[in-house]
Amino acid sequence: MIVVPCPNCGPRNSSDLRNAGELVSRPDPDTASLTEWRSYLYLRENPAGWVTETWYCRTGCRRYFTIERNTATNEIRDSENS
Amino acid sequence: MSSNRLPIRGGELLDRSTNLSFTWNGRAYSGHEGDTIASALAAAGVEIFSRGMKYHRRRGILTANHWDPNLSVQVGDEPNVRAGSRRLVDGMQVSAQNVWPSLRWDLGAVNRLVGRYLSAGFYYKTFMRPQFLWHNLYQRVLRKFAPGGRVHWKTGTHGEYDKRYAHPDVLVAGGGPAGMAAALSAAEAGASVMLVEQEPELGGHLRWGGPDDLAVLADLNRAVHSTPGIEVLCDSIVTGRYDHNWVAVVQRNHEIAPERLIKARVGSLIVAPGLVERPYVFAGNDLPGVMLAGAVRRLINLWAVKPGNRAVVLSANSEGDAAVADLESAGVEVVAVLDARAGEDVVGARGRGRVTSVQTGDGRTLKADLLVTATGWTAPTSLLNMAGDRPVYDRIAARYFPQSLPDNVLVTGGIAGDGSTTELTAHGRETGSLAAQRALRLRHDRLTQTPRSATPDSALPAAIADNRIPLRRSPHPECYRSTTHGLVDYSEDVSSKDLIQATGEGFDSIELMKRYTTVTMGPGQGKLETVNAAAVLAEARAVEMADIGTTVWRPPFSPVSLGALAGRIFEPVRRSALQNWHETNGATNLLAGQWVRPDHYGDPMTEASNVRENVGIIDVTPLGKLDLRGPDVANLLDLVYVNRWQKLEVGRVRYGAMVAEDGVVSDDGVTGRLADSHYLMTTTSSGAAAVWEMLEDWLQTYRPDWEVHVTPVTGGLTSINVAGPRSRELLERLVENVDLSAGAFPYFSVRTGTVSGVQDCIIWRIGFTGELSYELHVPSGHALHVWESLLSNGSDLGVAPFGIEAQRILRLEKGHYIVGQDTDGLSKASTAGLGGLVKLDKADTIGLPELRAAFERTDLPVLVGLQPDDPMIVPDEACQIVEAGSNEILGRVTSSRMSPTLGRSVCLAQVDPSLASAGTAVTVQLVDGRRITATVQEHHAHVDPEGARQRV
Repeated sequence: MIVVPCPNCGPRNSSDLRNAGELVSRPDPDTASLTEWRSYLYLRENPAGWVTETWYCRTGCRRYFTIERNTATNEIRDSENS
Repeated sequence: MSSNRLPIRGGELLDRSTNLSFTWNGRAYSGHEGDTIASALAAAGVEIFSRGMKYHRRRGILTANHWDPNLSVQVGDEPNVRAGSRRLVDGMQVSAQNVWPSLRWDLGAVNRLVGRYLSAGFYYKTFMRPQFLWHNLYQRVLRKFAPGGRVHWKTGTHGEYDKRYAHPDVLVAGGGPAGMAAALSAAEAGASVMLVEQEPELGGHLRWGGPDDLAVLADLNRAVHSTPGIEVLCDSIVTGRYDHNWVAVVQRNHEIAPERLIKARVGSLIVAPGLVERPYVFAGNDLPGVMLAGAVRRLINLWAVKPGNRAVVLSANSEGDAAVADLESAGVEVVAVLDARAGEDVVGARGRGRVTSVQTGDGRTLKADLLVTATGWTAPTSLLNMAGDRPVYDRIAARYFPQSLPDNVLVTGGIAGDGSTTELTAHGRETGSLAAQRALRLRHDRLTQTPRSATPDSALPAAIADNRIPLRRSPHPECYRSTTHGLVDYSEDVSSKDLIQATGEGFDSIELMKRYTTVTMGPGQGKLETVNAAAVLAEARAVEMADIGTTVWRPPFSPVSLGALAGRIFEPVRRSALQNWHETNGATNLLAGQWVRPDHYGDPMTEASNVRENVGIIDVTPLGKLDLRGPDVANLLDLVYVNRWQKLEVGRVRYGAMVAEDGVVSDDGVTGRLADSHYLMTTTSSGAAAVWEMLEDWLQTYRPDWEVHVTPVTGGLTSINVAGPRSRELLERLVENVDLSAGAFPYFSVRTGTVSGVQDCIIWRIGFTGELSYELHVPSGHALHVWESLLSNGSDLGVAPFGIEAQRILRLEKGHYIVGQDTDGLSKASTAGLGGLVKLDKADTIGLPELRAAFERTDLPVLVGLQPDDPMIVPDEACQIVEAGSNEILGRVTSSRMSPTLGRSVCLAQVDPSLASAGTAVTVQLVDGRRITATVQEHHAHVDPEGARQRV
């Protein structure tokens, strides 16, 4: 179990949080084609390396925040998007 | 019964004033406090402890410690107990495993006669075909021959296992001299330390050493126990190391639990397991009487057991030389010492049931009942593998060494190199100090990551360099296999011949060979076997050991009982403020997600009828309730629900359905507008937490500009549904300052008022049951008063409580679907019959493109009301709807009950669109295989489809 740093609550076991997945941008639902929408729904980069992802501090402060995590080493660093 | 017990030894662990009685295969034995099961039996002359897995040859003591592959025994109803390390307890009932009918006369030994057919890959080759025999024959026969003890799962005497979380700065895996020294210096540097040792006492190899070693050990023991900040866990094993130094420790014999799993988040992990002595491969190396040097030293020095009478010693190192001295001091006649460093060798041991003679490399035959080998060491690098290291073979030292480790994992002791006790403890101290500095720096960094903590002052540098003087690597001859073949894996009965055969068949990488032959796959997980297996493979392929690599060691380091892994469960159970009342008034409970709630109070059919005829009250507190405040609530509702919300007036409520971004129905409920910017949202009981998280997600990450506060009030408000034709009459007696008349308080409205003197109750008029009904949301502190008032003021109206089962009957009669029961992970809004509700012309709503796409499709299943033609048959939920005359599946029954109102069975079903029109006859296959016919109804509702009853 890895340690994830919540900006409010500090480093916590990942079981205290929920991984909300890779950060993706949502297309405009009124104008997006079905193909664009489904790539937003289902397609992820899933690299063996650095990924920007969202976590939810579900047992603590209830904040959604983003971090950068290396999926090969589980090294974690701040994200510009947080 | 002969006695092999020696006179008192200087370092013995025995308390000779004690006398512990136990049985071995039904016979009475005795031993002393401090004995292991094996030492007590060996002292009494027992030589055979088990049988080999495949060939069922007799097996005796090999290593006399935790890793001994021949000493797995059954103790009472506990299987696979390691008799080499488990301390004797008075009254133990110990028996041999994997033997039938007895250890002495074991029928499985006939396998020896067919041994040549049981070679590498035997199982794969033999039990492949024909496939039908696998289930009927092979499996049953093989089960009989499977090794291991018996689990008596019904006895229930295993007690309560436990779990613990710990956060030591430094965890030391291994309590030998280096590990003890590391723990000491880490604690002195200010770190909190957990020192874990698998044997019942600290000291490692010092325990069976001479007077000098014992003196050092006594000093170390005194220091460890008097230094604050060190928690010592003996009889405990570090079984795994995971990312971010998450370390699993299994603690045995804790006062409150037989085993406890400790999950530790560790700053620095110090790996100091010492070295594991390796067996030597030669013909007859599994005969009882063939022992490792460490085994005889432990037997003699720790437990005062004489391991034999006439010994031959094959020695390649100082441990072998020390064993010679120990044997002589114990009165064992040492017939010959063969020096492997000078090229002397053993090629065979012979005997029936026990060694009687030894063949040497130079052709001599020596009469002996004990053959001791000291041929080298295996570094148990499991925890290093788990930290990402791939240890490298050093041919000069004839063992593997760590290659590269993360900063938070350090090694000391034998796994790091060789040295005198002084050198090892010095290295341990330096390692402990370095580990502590790094851990304290990490602790400092983590504390400063928490904004609300005061920033601790730290003078520690960010990166702390490793300036330790490395331990040297002493040369050691590469002694793996003699010129003859023998066992490599004692637990799995795999010989060097099997490995060479496997190489010939093409399984010539260590990982493939392991899986094909099962070498290293036994309970020891390769501690004794891995390096010998690699050596045999290198020999077969004529390459260097370094080019072979080793198998990757994964958790667990040592077998863990399932009880320890399961531990105790701390799942909380949620109870409404009325749950005590329910339980004292005859409720049968139901566990629904986290909640415990009344299923019924005796007769759900009567409860349901009473709601249709009079009035019933039900506790629906688990219903998710979210208090929404702010000027942008309507925008949020427009986004998360498929329908429109901008025009909902104050005092009105509306039904809403939610879909996810993929258009699948995710939740539903009623939301009411209590004031200008104040709403109360209800969700399904099971979806309460998920909907809250979802709202927060959209508000925090998508529309942070919207001003909305979401507060969960599920438990704060107790929800009571008052349902039935006489519900208004009942409430009129209790409600103040709200006009309940149909004109003033119409269907789908909300009012706030006083109920039975309790202020600020929210009352909304909705109807899940299909009757005139009011849902009260009462501050939980006063809920019991309101509940009891409803009952005491309505006895003349026939008021009675009803449970979940009656509510399910009522809602099914009314055709209200339940998200997750009547819909599934593929159900779009159109399937659920929400076509009229969905507004596709909104600019933004969750899943909008999928909602639009779904409405263009005509092939999606449709939810319909369904009635079996035989009104007395209630098909089980999830029964398939099939094509008559074939097995093609065309739908399924999603809900079914006997309706007390109609006196017939009623269902909801998902069907293929070709079957969706009213009057269509469909075929339902029942669980018992019978097929019945049923007819699709015009409405979901079986009772009052027009809704007249709820609008009065």
